[in-house]
Amino acid sequence: MTVPTQTPVGRTSPPPHGSPAPPPAASRRPPWWRRLAADRVLVLAALPGVAALLLFHYLPWLGNVIAFKDYQPYLGILDSPWVGLANFAVIVDGDPQFLNALANTLLITALQVLIVFPAPIALALLLDSLISERLKRLAQSILYLPHFLSWVIVVAIFQQMFGNAGLLNSALRAQGLATIDVISNPELFKLLVTSQVLWKDAGWATILFLAALARIDLELYEAAAVDGAGRWRQLWHVTLPGLRGLIVLLLILRLGDTLSVGFEQIILQEPAVGRQASEVLDTYVFNHAVLAADWGQGAAVGLVKGVLGVLLVLGANKLAHRFGERGIYQR
Amino acid sequence: MSRRSITALGPPSAGARALKGLVLTLCCAAVVVPFVGIVATSLSPRAEVTRAGGFVLVPKQISFAAYEAILSGGVVTRATLVSLFVTAAGTLLSLVATTLLAYGLSRPGSFAHRPLLMTVLFAVLFGPGLIPSYLVVKSLGLLDTYWALLLPPMINAFNVIIMRSFFLELPPEVIESARIDGAGDLAVLTRIVLPLSKAALAVIGLFYAVGYWNAFFSALLYLNDSGMWPLQLVLRTYVVNQTQLGVDQLGGGAGLPPQEAVQMAILVLSIVPVLLVYPFVQRHFSKGVLIGAVKG
Repeated sequence: MTVPTQTPVGRTSPPPHGSPAPPPAASRRPPWWRRLAADRVLVLAALPGVAALLLFHYLPWLGNVIAFKDYQPYLGILDSPWVGLANFAVIVDGDPQFLNALANTLLITALQVLIVFPAPIALALLLDSLISERLKRLAQSILYLPHFLSWVIVVAIFQQMFGNAGLLNSALRAQGLATIDVISNPELFKLLVTSQVLWKDAGWATILFLAALARIDLELYEAAAVDGAGRWRQLWHVTLPGLRGLIVLLLILRLGDTLSVGFEQIILQEPAVGRQASEVLDTYVFNHAVLAADWGQGAAVGLVKGVLGVLLVLGANKLAHRFGERGIYQR
Repeated sequence: MSRRSITALGPPSAGARALKGLVLTLCCAAVVVPFVGIVATSLSPRAEVTRAGGFVLVPKQISFAAYEAILSGGVVTRATLVSLFVTAAGTLLSLVATTLLAYGLSRPGSFAHRPLLMTVLFAVLFGPGLIPSYLVVKSLGLLDTYWALLLPPMINAFNVIIMRSFFLELPPEVIESARIDGAGDLAVLTRIVLPLSKAALAVIGLFYAVGYWNAFFSALLYLNDSGMWPLQLVLRTYVVNQTQLGVDQLGGGAGLPPQEAVQMAILVLSIVPVLLVYPFVQRHFSKGVLIGAVKG
């Protein structure tokens, strides 16, 4: 299907985007109340959703002021005393628990970028190369499914597979072999978490790569074959360049999430392996602010995390532009 | 599609095809086998569970005692009803608000189009932190009410973008001709845009429904009263944390089925709704709905 990306649903076509000389139209633009009256249905339609975003997405950013306060729930946000940058001391002075959470976060992110990120690309190439359309669809239906299960369900499933009474250890016991502790073993925790993400989302993530593969021009493959390129050279010189834009885009988004790894997933499994092995920045914030009632400190760490996340996305995007990719936004 | 293998080179070698088949079978088995085991265990009487050492893959006898126990009016029954209510109400709210917002943003150049669009785009990139969100919900007086589960996730900005790009790609001639017949913006939405957008509504609806059905942490954070808990939180308590389910928590008095079977029955109960909706929506996934979002 060939579709123009910017076709308005409305009656008047907008001034062509990016064309150099629209000013004459601007001087003839009707006053704002006329335009508001003309577009009132659209504006009214947008209002409830925008209000929800302002209330639950933007207003919370203001709540971050408690990072600079000694927040006491009974005093409220406004009346709690200011403490300057005292709450940031854990970060600056390198509180061991904070450093531990930071190290765990970075380690898990590294594992996930190394193992989870390439998996759907390989899987998409495999699915794309299937000749039987029915087989491909069946495989997709099966592989997409885990994405729609909650973390509670995924963690429960992994317990049933690898727990002490699970499938693996029952089989080992039946063979008279020693059992392996996978679920409550702090040393294996980061690999366990990574394999859970792999199981849950690798299949679903292929959907974007499959779409990108379908858009690669067939003639490129034919031309490569005429030039004597075999399967692997076609993969290297045609397929991978065709996926490059998407890979860069997804890497940027992943990089923006460097500091947040699976909050629900990890908080669920914290009791099994303890904080030393499992605590990441997000669970640190929760454990300190909500459970230990150290609100200001939790908010300070959360704020620094949020700001770093924004900087990471912008930085990665800049880097992508430098390499001539589109990134997440143009210009 | 497999277009490459057909066009450029001959069919792949037998060895390559065998390897591909093996890898694909293993990947699919990794998803299917756990499901089979969970259903099998939930249907197993005590003797079977003991014989298998906890997790049954192929039961020789079948018993529905575990399902009778959890569905006869105890903690699990109530939590299931709560989850069904939150999911239905939340999906409806979200779908209406998202559709309206996406429609409001579907005519570039309309009044305040750019600032409104930017509000949505920034929300995609930068989510709010955990603590400030909690404080907002608390200061709005929503703690310990179901509104705390319904309102904060009502608008997913990414879903708005997907829906909007779907609207932008509708054929302009159809809308144009409706306008010539005198239809206003509202009539265009209800008579033209919505009927043409069933695929997008189905997929976005599924995303929201799955989100509400699967939500576990918001309930833990915002609901102190365990009587209000949704199914996912019950699942965490009795399955992940292995808290024993006694006669008190289960309805009815007909003997206690094996704990493992009860746990797996709760797990099945939490998966079934997803499985029921999935086939109806799945065929729309790749039909341009999501791909449109990546393009634009």
